[in-house]
Amino acid sequence: MFEILGKTNIDFMGKRKIAFVFSGVLMLLGILAIVQISRGAANLGIDFAGGTAVQLKFDHPIRIDVARKALESHGLVNAELQEFVDENKILVRIKTATTIEEKVADRVVAVFSTEFPDNKFVVNSSTEIGPTVGHKLQQDALIAILVSFAGIILYIAARFEFRFGVAAAIATFHDVLAVLGGFYVLDKEITLLVVTALLTLAGYSLTDTVVVFDRIRENLRARRRDDLQVVINNGINQVLSRTIVTSLTVVLVLIPLTLAGGEVLHDFSLALLWGVIIGTYSSIFVASTVLLIWPGGPGRLLKRA
Amino acid sequence: MKKVGGRFALLGAVLMLSVAFFLPSYPQLYQTLPEWLKKVLPTKGITLGLDLQGGIHLVLEVEEERAVEIAVDRSVNAIQDLLVDKKIPVESVKRTGATQVTLAFQQGDLKEQIQKVLEEFPSFFEVEASRTANSLVYELRVGEIKRIKDSAINQALETIRNRIDQFGVAEPLIQRQGLKQIVVQLPGITEPKRAKDLIKETALLEFKLLDESSKLAMELPQRIPKGKEEEVLRQLQGQVPEGDQILFEKVVEKDSGREFRIPFLVKKRVMLAGDVLSDARVSIGQFNDPYVSVTFDAKGAREFDRITSENVKKRMAIVLDNTVYSAPVIQERISGGRAQISGTFTMQEANDLAIVLRAGALPAPLKIIQDLTVGPSLGRDSIDKGIRSTLFALGMVVLFMMIYYRLSGVIADFALALNLICLIGALAGLNATLTLPGIAGIILTIGMGVDSNVLIFERIREELRQGKTVRLAVDGGYDKALLTIIDSHVTTLITGLALFLFGTGPIKGFAVTLCLGIAINLFTALVGTKVVFDTINQRRKVEQLSI
Repeated sequence: MFEILGKTNIDFMGKRKIAFVFSGVLMLLGILAIVQISRGAANLGIDFAGGTAVQLKFDHPIRIDVARKALESHGLVNAELQEFVDENKILVRIKTATTIEEKVADRVVAVFSTEFPDNKFVVNSSTEIGPTVGHKLQQDALIAILVSFAGIILYIAARFEFRFGVAAAIATFHDVLAVLGGFYVLDKEITLLVVTALLTLAGYSLTDTVVVFDRIRENLRARRRDDLQVVINNGINQVLSRTIVTSLTVVLVLIPLTLAGGEVLHDFSLALLWGVIIGTYSSIFVASTVLLIWPGGPGRLLKRA
Repeated sequence: MKKVGGRFALLGAVLMLSVAFFLPSYPQLYQTLPEWLKKVLPTKGITLGLDLQGGIHLVLEVEEERAVEIAVDRSVNAIQDLLVDKKIPVESVKRTGATQVTLAFQQGDLKEQIQKVLEEFPSFFEVEASRTANSLVYELRVGEIKRIKDSAINQALETIRNRIDQFGVAEPLIQRQGLKQIVVQLPGITEPKRAKDLIKETALLEFKLLDESSKLAMELPQRIPKGKEEEVLRQLQGQVPEGDQILFEKVVEKDSGREFRIPFLVKKRVMLAGDVLSDARVSIGQFNDPYVSVTFDAKGAREFDRITSENVKKRMAIVLDNTVYSAPVIQERISGGRAQISGTFTMQEANDLAIVLRAGALPAPLKIIQDLTVGPSLGRDSIDKGIRSTLFALGMVVLFMMIYYRLSGVIADFALALNLICLIGALAGLNATLTLPGIAGIILTIGMGVDSNVLIFERIREELRQGKTVRLAVDGGYDKALLTIIDSHVTTLITGLALFLFGTGPIKGFAVTLCLGIAINLFTALVGTKVVFDTINQRRKVEQLSI
């Protein structure tokens, strides 16, 4: 048998104080991100905020500061530019609250064709989203998040006992917050795809939690006399290798997707990658810890099991 | 002994079904198949999303309020005509607000006559509270407003459909969304700007007489630079006679390419509108300049004949969407039911104008509230990158499983291959649309797909460590891991379903692949690999399992 980890006996629960601080910081950042989003101060993608994004592919390299100057001289002052150097591509994003009637995309194209007549380009893609649509998408995303969270909690609560459901939900919430906070700190755009990644992650990070909980529940039934902390620690150690291997296989596919999947999928896979790693951590240190510190003894934990 | 034959037959059938469903998605291969086979096979496979094949996705909103205003304006004209016919001397008939018509008159005794005339317009009712000695106010009924709004969107839908048909796009999608939105999807289109203009143009054609009697008509500037229209209108504010308006003609100087505007003082009254057209075609004029010749239907021809005969030697402006195209002098009565729209067109512009005129005017202006345009090269690029990262990811996982679980890893890889084939077959069978996030969903399925087998294998290892025989360990591993696997799949499935219900476009594509991938994974992991293990156990007594 080839094993990454042999038989382990790590006192995970003993390290819960360090984990508590670490998770606390992650969650605080996530909460900060949510506050900023609701205040409208976060870096929301144009699919939520409304605005214009134009991606141009040039024949020759173009410097980003030159491009910015050209746009500014034509009155497009609040443009965000991003370049993809090896492909001579530039992404121009303009978040405006004005109506789509202004045809910002056409203006951007016109600026580049008059300012750089020698450097021919094609419009790879252009996106214009009116503010009402952005608002609708925000609402839809929020409903999707609420529905899936409610669904997950209900399912876990039905399959396990109520406090397992709560612990799993807290861990899931922790993971989503951690990724959101990470994106906020890195000033990455929060787009529809990133929200999709967060939801997928919420579903997937539960996989690890379920595996750990399953074993803890099994052990609790078999060893009613033992100390809860020991039972939980043993459970985690017994399934540690599968928790890590299942996450590892997903990490293995996410790495090529992040590196070579193209700019559209980059942030999406990054969110998932970050989330899967955090999810593995949280199934051990957050979900299980909540079980441990839940008021009442192991007997009460098993009341209905 | 467990029977394995039935399960192998099931796997074989599922595989064949998947391949059969997938074949139409690969035209190069599909075309070479014999006819009898094509007859049995499905004809439609996976469709590529707009982000992969290029094209435009528009969400348009009908400006309903404008549609109501336009309808009220039309009634105002009709009321005016009828009052003139009956020789009732009202001072003015005007639209006030969006839905009201105010009639003003000098003599108080006209009131009853006017009320009688208005009885012929049952969609309006009198607002008695607003009545004064010299004016009456009528308002459009609520039911009528609703009807106008509703028919505006249906008419817009119909018109856009006509225009797209004539423009020629393969597999367009044009449908109503919600109460007042229209979704237009044109895959694979190469001239997005032209298509958008074609859809958005209101194309309201109107014939209006010039007001040549007013002093202002003489004082208008010959021509003004482009962009100064607003300024000119501001300067002339207050001087424009009641019932008149100023409209501009676009002129391009042939040599310099500079654009100018020529202002015209025209009467607001619409003599004839585009709804009486029966045809519009492009023709080439004397100097090789294209123009559009329009043909009126019988009613329109009669009207045009009357108007021209009554207004010989006067000038008539041909106005499209409030821009004057030309303002020729009516030389003589025109009875043939034809007219020409000339202007400074390119051939393509003339062609597009003919299309929109044939397809009819939009009942109200449209607002583009969402516009996604993807160029064909980006789509190609995305597919290449998607395939590359899929293969790369697949390679990593396959290798990892083989190294970590040896022969059992190979069995898991076999299940993974089965999983992917079934997933693609199912996508094709459902005629699902594959988007870029959808490809990401497939890649995720690769990573999550082996998870079930990892859970099972780890459990088998545990059983083996306890000293159980291979067969018991395998059976125990599958049994005990089953519930965990189902639990972990269901949670992901719940979020997948939420995404499917509330996601749009590419996100929906992702949700579909994710949900299908998970469901199929349950099958391949529990049936696919188990049957292989059972076969191995059946052949001979296995002392050691390569796991």
